[in-house]
Amino acid sequence: MTRADQITFDGVSKKFGENVVLDDLSFGVAAGERVTLIGPSGSGKTTILRMLMTLTEPDSGTITVDGDNLFQEMRNGTLVPAREQHLRSVRRKITMVFQQYNLFPNMRVLRNVTEAPVHVLGLSQDEAEARARELLEMVGLADKIDAHPAHLSGGQQQRVAIARALAIRPEVLLLDEVTSALDPELAAEVLDVLRDVAKSTSVTMLCVTHAMKFARDISDRVLMFNEGRIIESAPPAELFDAPQHERTQRFLRSLREES
Amino acid sequence: MSGGLWLRLLDGLLVTLQLTGYGAVLGLLFAFAAGLARLSRHRVVRGIAFAYTEGFRGLPALVVLFWLVFALPGLGFQLNPLFAGVLALSLNIGAYGAEVVRGAVLSVPAGQIEAATALNFTRWQRMRRVVLPQAVVAMVPPFGNLLIELLKATALVSLVYLQDLTFQGQIVRAATGNTAMTFFGLLVGYGVIALILTILMRLVERRAAASLGRAVRPGLLSGRTS
Amino acid sequence: MNFDWQTAWDSVPQLLQGLLIALQATALGYVLALVLGLAFALARRSHQAWLRLPVAFFVEFVRSTPLLVQLFFLFFVLPTVGLELSPMWTGAIGLGVHYATYTSEVYRSGIDGVPAGQWEAATALSLPRRRTWTRIILPQAIPRVVPALGNYAISMFKDTPQLTVITVAEMLSVVKALGSQNFQYLELITMAGLLYLVAALLIAWPVRIAERRYRKENA
Ligand SMILES: Nc1ncnc2c1ncn2[C@@H]1O[C@H](COP(=O)(O)OP(=O)(O)OP(=O)(O)O)[C@@H](O)[C@H]1O
Ligand SMILES: [Mg+2]
Repeated sequence: MTRADQITFDGVSKKFGENVVLDDLSFGVAAGERVTLIGPSGSGKTTILRMLMTLTEPDSGTITVDGDNLFQEMRNGTLVPAREQHLRSVRRKITMVFQQYNLFPNMRVLRNVTEAPVHVLGLSQDEAEARARELLEMVGLADKIDAHPAHLSGGQQQRVAIARALAIRPEVLLLDEVTSALDPELAAEVLDVLRDVAKSTSVTMLCVTHAMKFARDISDRVLMFNEGRIIESAPPAELFDAPQHERTQRFLRSLREES
Repeated sequence: MSGGLWLRLLDGLLVTLQLTGYGAVLGLLFAFAAGLARLSRHRVVRGIAFAYTEGFRGLPALVVLFWLVFALPGLGFQLNPLFAGVLALSLNIGAYGAEVVRGAVLSVPAGQIEAATALNFTRWQRMRRVVLPQAVVAMVPPFGNLLIELLKATALVSLVYLQDLTFQGQIVRAATGNTAMTFFGLLVGYGVIALILTILMRLVERRAAASLGRAVRPGLLSGRTS
Repeated sequence: MNFDWQTAWDSVPQLLQGLLIALQATALGYVLALVLGLAFALARRSHQAWLRLPVAFFVEFVRSTPLLVQLFFLFFVLPTVGLELSPMWTGAIGLGVHYATYTSEVYRSGIDGVPAGQWEAATALSLPRRRTWTRIILPQAIPRVVPALGNYAISMFKDTPQLTVITVAEMLSVVKALGSQNFQYLELITMAGLLYLVAALLIAWPVRIAERRYRKENA
């Protein structure tokens, strides 16, 4: 962890009942860095992203983004649990793309993408639409602008979700297994879009994925999780080709056998 | 049966439709106010809404109506009879509607709210732009059933001398002496209104489903559920 | 405010007698609704169109028309066809038939909720149709609809004041009788309302417990 880190986890722990999900976890991510999180099911990867998105609170420890403490704020000289207003100010820089897309079924594709820019960022309808059209073009869905989300394939829905996330100009993009609900072919479409995003923007990316080729292409660093701890951290070439930890070796072997 | 009696029935029909219409609007208001209040973060607000829904689901509509018409004057308030009727009916139906609103809001998947949070919507925007538009679609079919319940309940006002369809039916019965035919005719009349309301609600249901890009149920009458 | 507590208090014993009669009507009507509703539900699942369609029409018709008018109809028309019933029985039949149209829908949803595989398994064992119903389908369908059925007991109780129009001496009739003597409707109706509320909550209690238990089992 260095001073320059945009995101820091410091001694973060989380239990669900008796189940220890994160165990005194500390790590940092630099601005613009692309980090891939891997690890067996239940090792706490989703929990980390959800915490950054302020959807799950840690039991102890601190999480900061650009120096701002996510879940605590100063009030009258003391640190108190953050209120909605503070949470909204830290959320401004971060957004998340979900495994199940979560497009709003009550809005057509274009409005899914313009709704937050208009009502959260305060853009004019025209500005928001112009930007949404650009983004939908980029994800290859310019012709689906007027479609209902329910009428799109999973891969198309996920690409809209990516456009929707980028429309609020995030500094940090969280991606939680965004292709694992998709057939391989559709997954490939989505990964291509994300490669584009990685290439053409400087957004910080935290990405949970088991698509190793993709992780190799885009990430600066891979973190291997096990039982709520990081057991190995290295650039993809190193971690994938010469894993040090026995658990990592076993996990990668099982991934390869599967594909 | 003389033309005058037919005119009476027509007058009664209008009063019944008025009661149903106003009752539905006011009942919808109570339903949303109480249903959303039950989900409030504030205990007091939740408590008041809970007392309202539990209370009016335990109080007979007819007793509420009698109270508004015959007891309230004892406290120095005299309500317009039509208003008293609408109020009693809508307080009752609103308590059931509140449960519909609450259930529908809770049925919106958590992922929708999380996605709205990830886009940094405010709490109110999440409700107004994401949750409610989806919840309303789920409310339409049960609201359709409640509308029929409301229509049926309007007949109670005839017991406090409001001249609705049932009241005028009693007059016709007295005038013609044909008891069986009159009451059967009344039942058919209510049945026809209910049928029309059901068809209208089915059309609303179709539009609502289409707003989420969902396929619509075929048939305007088949498979009504309770 | 001039609420006369003495009058209110003095009316309680007579109101309670009315309440007892209301509960009696509810009990009779409810048993009828449970039995008749199941018959309706089975008839609507019948393969015989001559049975299925008229029952479906009757259920939809009764369910969309006011109980009050139905009570008038029964009260005045049954005697003309030679059926001289007491007001209590007329009321119980009115409530029972009206609510059977609701309980039949509840049974139907319970029956529809039994997985199709159960029917197929019964067919594979070549169980006769009647036995499939009584041994396989209904034992699975009915437990899951108990809470929904219970809710209609509360609704039915709430409809008992309407029996006043057919001269059943339930609580609202008591209110009217006492009120015609002392004109203290404020006190009388308020007390009656409280008693209705308490009684409805007492009936609701086991229903809520059943609901919670059911939800837990299916969580
Ligand atoms: N809301 C919750 N309540 C209870 N337990 C939870 C909750 N959310 C997560 N968990 C538990 O926390 C553990 C870590 O979950 P998490 O979703 O972070 O794992 P993951 O690494 O993302 O796994 P996967 O690869 O399966 O997505 C799991 O054991 C999970 O069951
Ligand atoms: Mg996960």
